[in-house]
Amino acid sequence: MSKDNKKTANLAAKYVIVGNSAGAIGCVEGIRRVDPQGEILLLADEPYHTYSRPLISYLLLGRTDKQRMLYRPADFYEQNQVQTLLGPEAKVEQIDPKDKQLRLADGRTVAYEKLLAACGSQPFVPPTKGLDSVKKCFTFMSLADAEALQAAITPQSRVLVVGAGLIGLKCVEGIAESVKEVCVVDLADRVLSSILNAEAAAVMQRYLEGRGIKFIMGDCVAEFKENVAVLQNSGQQLEFDVLVMAVGVRPNSGLLAAAGAECDRGVLVDEHCQTSLPEVWAAGDCTQGFDLVSGERRILALLPNAYMQGDCAGANMAGQVEEFCTGMAMNSIGFWDKHIMSAGAYEGEALVSTSANGENYKCLFVKENRLVGYILVGDVARAGIYTALIRERQELSAVDWQLLQSKPQLMALGLAKRRQQLGGIEA
Amino acid sequence: MKRVYVQEQWCLACHLCEFACAFANSGQEQPGDGALAMSRALQGRAAAINPRIKIEEKDNISFAVSCRHCEDPICRKSCIAGAISIVDGVVHIDQEKCVGCQTCVLVCPYGAVMPANDGHVMQKCELCTSRANGGTPACVAACPNRAIVFEER
Repeated sequence: MSKDNKKTANLAAKYVIVGNSAGAIGCVEGIRRVDPQGEILLLADEPYHTYSRPLISYLLLGRTDKQRMLYRPADFYEQNQVQTLLGPEAKVEQIDPKDKQLRLADGRTVAYEKLLAACGSQPFVPPTKGLDSVKKCFTFMSLADAEALQAAITPQSRVLVVGAGLIGLKCVEGIAESVKEVCVVDLADRVLSSILNAEAAAVMQRYLEGRGIKFIMGDCVAEFKENVAVLQNSGQQLEFDVLVMAVGVRPNSGLLAAAGAECDRGVLVDEHCQTSLPEVWAAGDCTQGFDLVSGERRILALLPNAYMQGDCAGANMAGQVEEFCTGMAMNSIGFWDKHIMSAGAYEGEALVSTSANGENYKCLFVKENRLVGYILVGDVARAGIYTALIRERQELSAVDWQLLQSKPQLMALGLAKRRQQLGGIEA
Repeated sequence: MKRVYVQEQWCLACHLCEFACAFANSGQEQPGDGALAMSRALQGRAAAINPRIKIEEKDNISFAVSCRHCEDPICRKSCIAGAISIVDGVVHIDQEKCVGCQTCVLVCPYGAVMPANDGHVMQKCELCTSRANGGTPACVAACPNRAIVFEER
């Protein structure tokens, strides 16, 4: 069948990759670790070389530029012998898993032997009365979004950001110093509610307010009237010049769902990052894969997770059996000079410490003799040592937990572990 | 590949490795410079040096921690900017591309990555073997007691 499908299709490759961000690039590198030769065709509807989406806020902040925000070197595709089709014409409209073919927006068909779908996610814009009357309304996900927003703002702009999550607040950081004022509205009772508990969120909100950002929490927009937002609960009317909708993202699972792949909120993948369809793998924001901490399949829309899923899928597509079972929620996010790190689940006993000035906050979550999660605000040095305790499901009775609580350090892990880690001597 | 390995039973917690590292990465080091040039360059900065190798110490135990140059580094796989690559076995941060998001700090199990002086980009040991003194990293060359060595293991 795999030979026949090539005869009837316009294009064909052994490996076909849909997408061009972290999951797709991880897949290219995963394939090439195992198979240096097999043909790779990469399709994406954005007309760019691979770039890092999370860097768009740094682009607005002036900390990077379009050249430096490339996710891989300019010669990446050549070095890895990847054929590319990039642009709206290469948007995949349909996957036919029976004939192992894709249909593109321009009508062409592509035959594959092994397929990776790294379809990403898209901003969720809640249907709101009068939203279409807003002249300058943006989302904040892609390079095109960032460039459009940048072109729309002026030093006189009053910007309303709907959504105080990771995307909304990174957008705020990116534009705050280029506009007159920024107001953030969110229905949640706290900022960054997906990664922070109430105490940590209060520290961050205070910090951001100190940078001149205004917050209205526990409310949402009932109606837009051109450049006025009417709030649902307070009835308050907010005037703005530019609107950013950053309520959340949704996985682009539609293509795979239509092809018959098992989906929940995202496309379900197994420990090899394969979907329920034969010869079809998936990686990144569109997926729902195993979460090490909960043991369940969760959406973990994070760049490192996307890369590692793609890398694992690629190796498997090329015939090497590998598993990716260490996915978990984890975030490192900074606003100006204040950093936050978080990982895992916020369950079990919460061990809280704060600095005397109230600017640093730390909460370690311990359950059944294991660290299962943490939140650090301010002092984030060496947090990876905590992350590794979660990833390795380290029993805390076997380490100096008192010492670790004070700060992350290898001293607490014991001599045998250190000889292995620092001396290269296996236990 | 040669790496910096720790023999903690020999570590005196003298912190000379940290000073040598800071000097080697200061851009001020000249070929043939010895301890005197280093101490002049770093004079008065004992509290402010930001070395890429750091001593952990408690009671009578101490040891130096620096990048392990993992064969399959989780920092490289996690870097959101694509700023980390492997160059001839050395895990390298392209500070032009780095935006200082600290995802590498979030994932490094050794705690071996840290912000550079301006706080906007990251730094870590990159095995300063190309420096003037014949292919030995500055920290190892400076260690008076072979508590860190540069060798194949």
